Amino acid sequence: MSEPTTPPKKMNLNREEMPKQPAVVRRGNFMEVALGYPLETARREASRCIQCKKPLCVAGCPVEIDIPGFIRHIASGDLPQAARVLKSKNCLPAICGRVCPQEEQCEARCVLEKKGAAVAIGRLERFIADWEAAQGTMEMPLIPKSTGKRVAVIGSGPAGITVAGDLIKLGHAVTIYEALHEPGGVLTYGIPEFRLPKAIVKREVDYVRALGVDLVLNFVVGLTRTLDQILDEYDAAFVGTGAGLPWFMDIPGENLNGVYSANEYLTRMNLMRGFLYPRSDTPIKKQTRVAVVGGGNVAMDCARTALRLGAAEVRIVYRRSRQELPARLEEIENAEEEGVIFEYLTLPIRYNGDDDGWILNMEALRMELGEPDASGRRRPVKVEGSEFLLPVDAAVCAIGNSPNPLIPRTSAGFEIGKGGNIVADPATGKTAKDRVWAGGDIVTGAATVILAMGAGRVAARAMHEYLTGEKV
Amino acid sequence: MFAIVESQPLVPNLYRMVVEAPPVAAQVKPGQFVIVQAVEFGERIPLSVADWDAEAGTLTLIFMEVGKTTSALAAKKRGDALPTVVGPLGNPTVIEPFGSVVCVAGCYGIGSILPVARALKAAGNRVTVAIEGRSAYLLYGREALRGHCDTLIEITRDGSRGFKGHIGRLPEILREKGVTADRFIVNGCTFLMRRASQVFEPAGVPVIVSLNPIMIDGTGMCGVCRLTYDGKMKFACVDGPDFDGRLVDWEEFLKRRKQYVDEELIPVHHTGHTRCY
Ligand SMILES: Cc1cc2nc3c(=O)[nH]c(=O)nc-3n(C[C@H](O)[C@H](O)[C@H](O)COP(=O)(O)OP(=O)(O)OC[C@H]3O[C@@H](n4cnc5c(N)ncnc54)[C@H](O)[C@@H]3O)c2cc1C
Ligand SMILES: Cc1cc2nc3c(=O)[nH]c(=O)nc-3n(C[C@H](O)[C@H](O)[C@H](O)COP(=O)(O)OP(=O)(O)OC[C@H]3O[C@@H](n4cnc5c(N)ncnc54)[C@H](O)[C@@H]3O)c2cc1C
Ligand code: SF4
Ligand code: SF4
Ligand code: FES
Repeated sequence: MSEPTTPPKKMNLNREEMPKQPAVVRRGNFMEVALGYPLETARREASRCIQCKKPLCVAGCPVEIDIPGFIRHIASGDLPQAARVLKSKNCLPAICGRVCPQEEQCEARCVLEKKGAAVAIGRLERFIADWEAAQGTMEMPLIPKSTGKRVAVIGSGPAGITVAGDLIKLGHAVTIYEALHEPGGVLTYGIPEFRLPKAIVKREVDYVRALGVDLVLNFVVGLTRTLDQILDEYDAAFVGTGAGLPWFMDIPGENLNGVYSANEYLTRMNLMRGFLYPRSDTPIKKQTRVAVVGGGNVAMDCARTALRLGAAEVRIVYRRSRQELPARLEEIENAEEEGVIFEYLTLPIRYNGDDDGWILNMEALRMELGEPDASGRRRPVKVEGSEFLLPVDAAVCAIGNSPNPLIPRTSAGFEIGKGGNIVADPATGKTAKDRVWAGGDIVTGAATVILAMGAGRVAARAMHEYLTGEKV
Repeated sequence: MFAIVESQPLVPNLYRMVVEAPPVAAQVKPGQFVIVQAVEFGERIPLSVADWDAEAGTLTLIFMEVGKTTSALAAKKRGDALPTVVGPLGNPTVIEPFGSVVCVAGCYGIGSILPVARALKAAGNRVTVAIEGRSAYLLYGREALRGHCDTLIEITRDGSRGFKGHIGRLPEILREKGVTADRFIVNGCTFLMRRASQVFEPAGVPVIVSLNPIMIDGTGMCGVCRLTYDGKMKFACVDGPDFDGRLVDWEEFLKRRKQYVDEELIPVHHTGHTRCY
């Protein structure tokens, strides 16, 4: 344990910057903010990895990518081999390389992080994935002889895509059922174009389709058919329906026009292509002063979307301080650079509107930090008499989502947790219901892409073992 | 893609479309709806299922042309297809042997009330259907409805057929005919449903309305369809669409439905496409 893991050679602490669109330019368009490393930069960055014998970074990655392995091949210029190493553990590298909270996972554990210069693992991962896509020839794995088993996957988010990809590569017939008219889950309807271009999500979905996965869109399991009806036709099922139910704060005025859930705001923009309106059909109101309530990735995405829609003043309203913001640091910095105003230690208590039911302002209170609470963070307490009015013409509520109850409500046999989540064994993904596995946000509550993928991988293994009696 | 099997105007501004969607047709119950798109990347709009044929795998939709999407739907012909028809969404209308049920419908609701009346009748209720419109030529589907109710009442504002007046006259008409109601069920435009909720309030029985707010996903994900019901926030797509109209905050509901009025005029200008009647 305590034996030194790194030969302290001369360390290169010059982490390569990610080229980005300048803030003034990008706040006016929906194109991707981060532009990606050019080859030379990627190789320079890769050569900073000191190839630890016991790489701590790997333990920080939920899917245990052989990080020094793929980075070594970049450094030596063998990009095809780097892609192979990467994809043996991660089927969505272009996505994870962009949206993983690397600074809390792989990069947090990198030995160079102690010197404040962790190897940019996520950026290198993105580099390889984009390089492979640019070659136009994805390597297709060999699909073994059919096992004759049929699996239904409910939901086409990262969890569902992973299960489908893994199981078809093991010879099972796989059908994905998706409620919306486009696949991808939050990757499609939630995370904005400027952070995760939809073409990339489409590429990953096209890949699993090319492997032979059948994708049925516009199909709401629980309504179009119940899970039990589906189980009549399949040997096993995986539920990856995510955490799509938006929370509101239960304060007066939340039903005023101009008050949105983050899901509505982002869905209008992403899934419905609202940013192309009026060339697309689904409108979004023109807004000048927008307040986004919350401090996570979702809140940052809403605030930065509002800027791009032309709002003059966009605020993040958060009840704790900057230190406690749950969003990724990179996205906080991006938001700050683009001009989002942060109202820390502020709690909305009411929205006031005009006679036509449109929001006029947000009434809020200032908070101060008191004693630490159960989460170890200092609890915000109200400052008496600090009420003030913030004039806004739109407010977006981005305080969280809980799992959608549709499937457990329409099929008996699940064990349901406190947050309305489906209970599944973390080691296998097995639920209390016969022949049904589950993973991703529906089990954990709103979490991350990579955790959803990891849960999909675990479940696919257990499902294969159930279907064939063999271990993967 | 979902193939359109039939498409024709019914009366000015109202259209009937039969579309293939076998899984939905196999599962749908009275009172449920589907969400459709007329074109790829088009808006998703909810429409009640006015009838279905499980064997043929088809749904009948009846819609009023009010904006861009319904105009695009109206322009579709037999042999065209829709990129999205998803459902059946929402909870079915509760059908029980209530005793005497009065169904009230106007506009597209005259279409969507039919399966409700049919199921109520099959469940042993005495069913009265009242349909309402501006003028005789706007009342469609009367023959079909007659086959599924005990009494059909027609009300026109200009008196060109049946009783002259509007929904406010219905309590008086029912009294005249000796009909008492154990439950009202109202389908149609928002104003009709709100008015009916007020008019029938004194009867002291549930006034079930099928709410029609703006929707996007129809599965509880976006929250745009929320309303205040009995003082609490509800999502019409998953908690409804049926609610007891006596407990709906109508003022708020109406304001929320008008959210996109300004924007919705843009596409009309943008495409140069307008229609008036
Ligand atoms: C705005 C936003 C930004 C985020 N940013 C990040 C980030 O930067 N980094 C990160 O790691 N994570 C981020 N997350 C979280 C991450 O996206 C989720 O944790 C992840 O997508 C969960 O994957 P999943 O497969 O469990 O579910 P989802 O991605 O939610 O997919 C579930 C799918 O199931 C479908 N579905 C639901 N019910 C049914 C049904 N009954 N029948 C058929 N289909 C159904 C849904 O339509 C959906 O397509 C963000 C989330 C949001 C909302
Ligand atoms: C559960 C449910 C079931 C529904 N069933 C039906 C149905 O069976 N048939 C049907 O025709 N409609 C039905 N509706 C209403 C229908 O969804 C809307 O009419 C439709 O979304 C309008 O879309 P659009 O793009 O054509 O018009 P938009 O461009 O979205 O709207 C144009 C303008 O018309 C107004 N408007 C919208 N709907 C109506 C309306 N119904 N009456 C009067 N003005 C309106 C809007 O406020 C807007 O100002 C239902 C709604 C719900 C929620
Ligand atoms: S998948 Fe995520 S955690 Fe794992 S190495 Fe890649 S960026 Fe890091
Ligand atoms: S990425 Fe960091 S921890 Fe991982 S092998 Fe390289 S230097 Fe070591
Ligand atoms: S339509 Fe989105 S929650 Fe009801």
